[in-house]
Amino acid sequence: MTATKMHRAASPEAAKWAGPTRRYDLLKEFVIACGVVAVIVVALAVVLGSPDDRAVSIRQWSHVTPNDFVLTAATELDGTSPTATYGAPYSYTSDAGQKLGPLPLADWGGVRQPVDTTNDFVVNPLRTIVGDAALTSALQTWTRAPDSVRQGWASAYDKALSAAPDNNPARVKPGNYGPVPVMLNRLLGMARSGGLDGALTSSSGFYAFNYTKPLLLLSDGSYLSGLATAQHLAGDQWGMMNETGNFPGQAWLWLYTFWYQISPFNSSGNADALVWGLMALLTLGFILVPFIPGIRSIPRLIPIHRLIWRDWYSEHPDRPAGPPTGPPTEPRPRADMSA
Amino acid sequence: MASIDVRQTPDGTEPTWTGALRRRLVASLPPDQLLPDRQPAYVASWIYVFGVATLAALLAVIVTGTILVLEGPIWWHTSTVGHFVNSLHLWSVELFFFCMVVHLWGKFFMAAWRGRRALTWMIGALAFVGSIGTAFTGYLVQTNFDSQWISTQAKDGLNSVGIGAWFNVLNTGQMLLWHVMLLPLIIGVLTIWHILLVRRRGVVPPFGAAESVQAAEAEPEATA
Repeated sequence: MTATKMHRAASPEAAKWAGPTRRYDLLKEFVIACGVVAVIVVALAVVLGSPDDRAVSIRQWSHVTPNDFVLTAATELDGTSPTATYGAPYSYTSDAGQKLGPLPLADWGGVRQPVDTTNDFVVNPLRTIVGDAALTSALQTWTRAPDSVRQGWASAYDKALSAAPDNNPARVKPGNYGPVPVMLNRLLGMARSGGLDGALTSSSGFYAFNYTKPLLLLSDGSYLSGLATAQHLAGDQWGMMNETGNFPGQAWLWLYTFWYQISPFNSSGNADALVWGLMALLTLGFILVPFIPGIRSIPRLIPIHRLIWRDWYSEHPDRPAGPPTGPPTEPRPRADMSA
Repeated sequence: MASIDVRQTPDGTEPTWTGALRRRLVASLPPDQLLPDRQPAYVASWIYVFGVATLAALLAVIVTGTILVLEGPIWWHTSTVGHFVNSLHLWSVELFFFCMVVHLWGKFFMAAWRGRRALTWMIGALAFVGSIGTAFTGYLVQTNFDSQWISTQAKDGLNSVGIGAWFNVLNTGQMLLWHVMLLPLIIGVLTIWHILLVRRRGVVPPFGAAESVQAAEAEPEATA
């Protein structure tokens, strides 16, 4: 007999139970459980319902906070927006991706959803507008200009708009902005008509399944995050596990969300990678609990098992478990319960 | 000299893969062990309710989710009935997690991995982690403000470790397929595997119970 087989044979807990048994109807128990669960679920659904706040559109954003929209578009045009400088998987910005210690895991993923914010969010949508002579001229000027000149116009306008009162395009100080003011003015008009929503969702073809671009544009502005903060959904408000309204949300994400609330995670530039690395380690530990010395001994040290098996232990007070007494026994009647 | 055909079974019939698989399955899990009508006497605590309640809630999740699938992702925004079905789906998920977490803690304090039951624990733990991923993708495909906000926030975590390059939470079509196809398939396999392991290994006995039973069995032999 091998050592492994000897060990297995020596474990009484692994052997088939030879002690007293009781009648037990697994199927009946499952059917009753299904009935009880159905009643509880229907009651909760009737009384509490479920949240369904309408999705935010770019059209809505440009109507409610037009200045924020134009300022965001300016950063997309000059390549300084969060998306433009994100790194993998959206842009080729060097050293932008987070690191887990020395490991640039984000960069290893690669740029698999490339987003060119200048063209994808501003120039290409504007090209779909026809019959606007001023815009046509502005786009021709933009296209014919060298990269450095275009960058100079866009950066200058972005800077001036940021400095303008309320970021109001109408109050931007005069400067050498080339065609940028006309382009962003037309983009605002396009957004307010709903055309930009359509242009971004249909950019990959007739069928729209991929909302990467419109969601990135929305998240670059402050309108979406403002709405979320008002609903207590921001990252520093335990937002990842919450949902709109007074609903429990993803309460099971409490530990993941918890790390974002404390130092050093809440102030680190690599917070996401650190939290993911830590959670991966904890998840591995959770799966391997049976093999981790100390952790696997906790149940013996904290005698909650005596509460769980209190009937068994009360019927066998002298020893943790007593010997079988003759034929299978029938404990006092109670509800069927199973693993 | 006559040769012996090793492919022949003792009774002379040709062995088949199907027959071999059947014999292996029946040997591993005989019918009276798969669906027993008796359990050890210690299987008498309310904590055991939460295992079967988790299964019942999972069934509710699948049924309500299937109705939502039949009508498509926009239906529940435009129909009162659809919204109610969505509410059923939401609360069955909440109940599923509640029962599963109680079941998990119960099994932890029972040290339910004892007696060659470590794999049962591990598969259950994987099912728990997989369920979190499934629920998460459910929030992403609601096609409302919650899914917009959760996806734009969650992308940073996934992108920070390179997962976002393949698992794009902003791609609603991709997430929808993960939510209604891939992840439920994984959860289904893990759940069935977990249940079969429970049936095969049996419910873990209280600390010391199996040893006492074994010692009592040995006593008469020693005194005989």
